[in-house]
Amino acid sequence: MTTLYWEEEIETLPRVGLESIQLTRLKHLVARVYDTVAPYRAKMDAASVKPTDIQTLADLQKLPFTVKDDLRDNYPFGLFTVPMDQVVRVHASSGTTGKPTVVGYTKKDIETWAGVMARAMTCAGATSRDMIHNAYGYGLFTGGLGAHYGAERLGATVIPVSGGNTKRQITIMQDFRSSVLMATPSYALNLADAMAELGVDPKTLALRVGIFGAEPWSENMREEVQRKLNIKAVDIYGLSEVMGPGVAMQCLETDRGMHIFEDHFLPEIIDPDTGEVLPPGEQGELVFTTLTKEAFPLIRYRTKDITRLIHEQCACGRTMIRMEKITGRTDDMLIIRGVNVFPSQVEHVLMGVEGVEPHYQIVVSREGNMDTMAVKVEVSEAIFSDEVKNLEKLTRKIQADIKDLLGVTCKVQLVEPRTIQRSEGKAQRVIDNRKI
Amino acid sequence: MHVEQIAVFLENKSGRLAEITATLAYHGINIRALSVADTADFGILRLIVDDVESAKKVLKAAGFTIGITNVIAVEVADRSGGLAQVLMTIEKARLNVEYMYAFVNKSGENAVLIFRFDDMERAIVALQQDGFTILSGEQVCAL
Repeated sequence: MTTLYWEEEIETLPRVGLESIQLTRLKHLVARVYDTVAPYRAKMDAASVKPTDIQTLADLQKLPFTVKDDLRDNYPFGLFTVPMDQVVRVHASSGTTGKPTVVGYTKKDIETWAGVMARAMTCAGATSRDMIHNAYGYGLFTGGLGAHYGAERLGATVIPVSGGNTKRQITIMQDFRSSVLMATPSYALNLADAMAELGVDPKTLALRVGIFGAEPWSENMREEVQRKLNIKAVDIYGLSEVMGPGVAMQCLETDRGMHIFEDHFLPEIIDPDTGEVLPPGEQGELVFTTLTKEAFPLIRYRTKDITRLIHEQCACGRTMIRMEKITGRTDDMLIIRGVNVFPSQVEHVLMGVEGVEPHYQIVVSREGNMDTMAVKVEVSEAIFSDEVKNLEKLTRKIQADIKDLLGVTCKVQLVEPRTIQRSEGKAQRVIDNRKI
Repeated sequence: MHVEQIAVFLENKSGRLAEITATLAYHGINIRALSVADTADFGILRLIVDDVESAKKVLKAAGFTIGITNVIAVEVADRSGGLAQVLMTIEKARLNVEYMYAFVNKSGENAVLIFRFDDMERAIVALQQDGFTILSGEQVCAL
């Protein structure tokens, strides 16, 4: 197949050319941030680094990290580098764990964002002829509007359906002939379930590809989405602090990893405990420096996402580095009786058991001084039996598989269908009842 | 010679059984026999009803996970030793009973035993050879 690019020259630029662009942009960024943002200047002064110390890309390591608390401490607009009259839009995180984090965009930032989103959609094979069904939530969340502007930049027809009202979404898919679905993977499964209930065969729809992101999801869940919706499911990555969706995107040539749009976002992988940059290919915490953002640039922002970078060039011809699917978050990571557990690992086990639906919840409690982990699994018709021994065999199998993979003993609890809360956006996979 | 049984998954939560029976009652579906298998964590409700298709539809719509299983209904005289005779036949044929339950019909003369065997076909042959009456789904509902 002929690979389509949105901006062929930059996407396929030899590494040396790309790195030269990155260095020029980095120097400019550091100087500008040092001059205009007091909190950044204070941190750099405390670390005894001056903008002139940045002479190579490796010098990036001299700069202090930026963390989510820095954003909260300067709530709402304290880290913006331009006067508010140049800020044309703000987005904010949900703020479930404290104050929300607020991000701002200049007119040029919005254009940059639309450009990387158009690039991302082209990676998934979308063109101006597509009907893009955008089920990401519109509002303060970056997903909806980010995808929307990207789809318009691409010249496609965008259906700003947003999240929720699942039945109407299916009717729209049927009537408007939606060809590209953009949603969280858990909402995609929600749609698939609703289709099955309504007796709508996905084969009768025009859907061809789904661009899924905003929450971690496993390879097994990808297979499930692909099978149930009869589409190709590709991964998109982004976070509002760095830009929103469109920071990295999987292409159609490989299931392994997403291309980071490195001319705008410079990645590093660090050891989350020591902050040291790890050797190429090792797994650790992903850190981003934004190279072109005007209103709200970030230097060495710790994403808390765990992944590794793939340096080998991709078959698609893009020279931009890839990052693997996010395997977890440093703050999602549960420590159960001393063992690190990521919800995605539990999901991986469940998806490997035939008939088990990816609707699950992990409940962690503490009894006495012992941590206990229970995994609630919904009983679908595919796994239900009229005989107790068959259901007990199933729970024992899941328990054994989790023990094998994670090294943690857990209790599997079968629950009735649709009793685990379905989110219209991100699914709540973990309930931690421990009071520590 | 099989009777269709509906099995429903039950979480151990108060009121679930009442919800099922209320759903069936609302749709005019009559329960002919039932049994509940329970463990510490969940239960399985097994039902013989007069309208399997409707029951299937309304329970699914109410959000329950259900399964349809074939069981065998054996009619015996409602007197001492009625069940023992059937079990002797089963023992002789070396059949395994997965589960069973029973009900007495309206006239009170006969009891109906509902069986699930590991080998259903062989069970029917063995029971018929020993002269037991095996009821069809319609016959069970007509009792």
